[in-house]
Amino acid sequence: MTGETLYPRLEPLLAQIQKPIQYVGGELNSQVKPWDDVAVHWALMYPDAYEVGLPNQGLMILYEVLNERPDTLAERTYAVWPDLAGLMRANGVPQFTVDGHRSVADFDLLGVSFATELGYTNLLEALDLAGVPIHAADRDESHPVVVAGGHAAFNPEPVADFVDCAVLGDGEQVVGDITDVVKAWKEQGRPGGRVELLARLARVDGVYVPGFYAVTYGADGAIAEVLRLRDDVPVKVAKRTVMDLDEWPYPKTPIVPLAESVHERMSVEIFRGCTRGCRFCQAGMITRPVRERTITGIGSMVEQGLKATGYEEVGLLSLSSADHSEIGQLAKELADRYEDSKVSLSLPSTRVDAFNVTLANELSRNGRRSGLTFAPEGGSERIRRVINKTVSKEDLVRTVTTAYANGWTQVKLYFMCGLPTETDEDVLEIAELAVEVIRAGREASGRKDIRCTVSIGGFVPKPHTPFQWASQASADTIDHRLRVLREAINADRRIGRSIGLRYHDGKPGVIEGLLSRGDRRVGRVIERVWRDGGKFDGWSEHFSFDRWTTAAQEELAQFGVDLDWFTTRERTEHEVLPWDHLDSGLDKEWLWEDWREALSEEEVADCRWTPCYDCGVCPTMGTEIQIGPTGRSLLPLTVV
Amino acid sequence: MGRQPDGPPPPPTVQKLRLRYAKRGRLRFASHRDLARTLERALRRAQVPMAFSAGFSPHPKISYLGAAPTGAASEAEYVEIGLSVACDPEAVRAALDAALPDEVAILECVEAGEGTGSLADRIDTSVWRVELPGLSLEELRPAVAEFLARDVVTVAKQTKNGLKDIDARASVASASAGEEAGCAILHMVVRQLTPAVRPDDVLAALAAVADLRPPLPPRAVREAQGRLDDTGTVADPLGPDRAARLLREHAAI
Repeated sequence: MTGETLYPRLEPLLAQIQKPIQYVGGELNSQVKPWDDVAVHWALMYPDAYEVGLPNQGLMILYEVLNERPDTLAERTYAVWPDLAGLMRANGVPQFTVDGHRSVADFDLLGVSFATELGYTNLLEALDLAGVPIHAADRDESHPVVVAGGHAAFNPEPVADFVDCAVLGDGEQVVGDITDVVKAWKEQGRPGGRVELLARLARVDGVYVPGFYAVTYGADGAIAEVLRLRDDVPVKVAKRTVMDLDEWPYPKTPIVPLAESVHERMSVEIFRGCTRGCRFCQAGMITRPVRERTITGIGSMVEQGLKATGYEEVGLLSLSSADHSEIGQLAKELADRYEDSKVSLSLPSTRVDAFNVTLANELSRNGRRSGLTFAPEGGSERIRRVINKTVSKEDLVRTVTTAYANGWTQVKLYFMCGLPTETDEDVLEIAELAVEVIRAGREASGRKDIRCTVSIGGFVPKPHTPFQWASQASADTIDHRLRVLREAINADRRIGRSIGLRYHDGKPGVIEGLLSRGDRRVGRVIERVWRDGGKFDGWSEHFSFDRWTTAAQEELAQFGVDLDWFTTRERTEHEVLPWDHLDSGLDKEWLWEDWREALSEEEVADCRWTPCYDCGVCPTMGTEIQIGPTGRSLLPLTVV
Repeated sequence: MGRQPDGPPPPPTVQKLRLRYAKRGRLRFASHRDLARTLERALRRAQVPMAFSAGFSPHPKISYLGAAPTGAASEAEYVEIGLSVACDPEAVRAALDAALPDEVAILECVEAGEGTGSLADRIDTSVWRVELPGLSLEELRPAVAEFLARDVVTVAKQTKNGLKDIDARASVASASAGEEAGCAILHMVVRQLTPAVRPDDVLAALAAVADLRPPLPPRAVREAQGRLDDTGTVADPLGPDRAARLLREHAAI
């Protein structure tokens, strides 16, 4: 029977595996609706382990938005660890949802949120476990429609063979439109089968159906043309943008896991979008314009969410939280409101700015001041101009010193390595910086036990950014720079012992680069890797660089391209990029100009405070910047 | 000298409550840590006025007593909480029960009786019921008899430091075989000694002495905990608190 629970068959397997709690569901604020009460059934997947996927805000928002519709149910599914996957295959138990333990194959739609490209092999594994053909072309109308979303869906070409649709942009409204289309098609008796359904979906704004487009390649290996196979689908698919975030106060009742997850806190998104213009940052480019939630909207989400969850920490999330037009007042008034409770408030990593220390002080008014995180991203002033995240060395040292002087004992600094135009000298400046920070910090705080952790990641050029044309640094280059950096930090032990260095080797970044800027030919590599046993590629204990390079070599040779072609090769201005027919609103000419300006180390200001620089998003998408201040304030809560 | 929290120290504990709770159904797969997190969040949602430790990261005053293993259900888990405002124990029980997932139930809540001693001192034994789907009474009974006939049954137990041999027999005060709806049931009373002997260890012992191998994963439920007396009875650990309350009420009349 469709929609039947698989739990009785799953339960005996749970006694034999690690952390069974992640598969049983029943979390606070989760929902199970009767299958036959609704017209449309969505399975929502985060293609990584439960502990990583559960806190994902995007999925949690869609889960609530869809379940609020009386005609729809939504349940969650996550990547299954190999211990359970093996038992499921041996016992014929398919990929299931954790809410109703229903077979994923029974659902009308499988929505998959790709925050990172390293989840692609987990999609194939889940489809295969579900008994759904991994190739979209092999599915019929009995199979779920596989919909990709999330930031990686802005270039879904590497998974074009495996997904039926990709959705660009904010999901809150488009999931409703998709639901309406599926519902109508089912009620009409599924006219025209799966092809007609996909054709109708392709006419929904923001929905891209790769199967209705063909890609041809030139002799140089680059894309020659992207052709529409039907004339009723758009030439260019434009992203969706939700305006007026106060109208969408989700998640209202966040799911609280029993199992431990990577974020043991509640999150409230205080604004969406960012126009700081950091050139490496895909999120900041594809989520424009900035749309703030109002101070009162945030206040009521915090209050309602705490009541619904019992969490004791609230994170005020966004791409650059200190930039909210009412942040100072918000921090003060929230701190006032929760002063006597045990609730703590936090900001994610911030720009290097003295104001952010003030904010963090306010939020931790009476709590522990342990760690504060800044993200200078680039080691030298020069490279920070290249990436358009300018802060002088003096300001950086002063800000971090202020933090130590205010009682923060641990400062974490995020950097990237392998940025365009970078040399060893740029990276070595990170060491100088860390040493100076510790010296000045010890002096300012009068303590010897302060610490600075340098966290450094390899840069991966992303689609829809000015660096989409850039040459990615090779794994050897990254590893070399990390080595010289480590040596420089350890040169003076008296200071070096206060500095921690966290990094990963350059290999996973190369594969992420292949998947980020890949085209449809890369799909064969993904499939091959999965067939050879690859999954959980975001986990170092599961990731195999050799498996990826072997697969890339063998699967790409027939096309005359290779791993380097996709990663370390710099693109030229007029090359057709795999995502050119997918519209984030950014004008390609503006992106190219910004790329050239990066190379000449020119900065661009934020359009919230200076005139528009014509990135193209607002006029193309019919959107506008929505920021305060509103002039409103948070009232004290009345005790009920 | 580091920063110190401003303001007065947190209010002291004015009332201690002792709770018995159950973990059932799917939530038998919750670990002790999972349940602890869940309980702490439920206490906040239920707005129970908890007492807190002092310092920059105040912790609610909660003492957990030995938890049933992950995968085992229980009708008799115990926890003690400290409150900063005295409350009606039954009101706390109801509010907390409502704030918890359905498959965690607060069964009893009593005020710690003054001078009755610690709860931990009243618990040294577990009463287990282990369902063995796929096994019949005829298969189980001789295996249990064989196990009880031995003085020592050594089994290998997975510990943090690798496999370790332990004696599964000495801790078992009594054991018997039963049957319900065609499914064999192992009843046993197990002393909480060190190293701990869990239902899995006894099942491993049954496999060792009588080659008893359940075709399906067994389901264990801890039915009770308490102090084992000379007659083989396990006393209710909340009994002394209830008695103290009765005495108090009697004295008030």
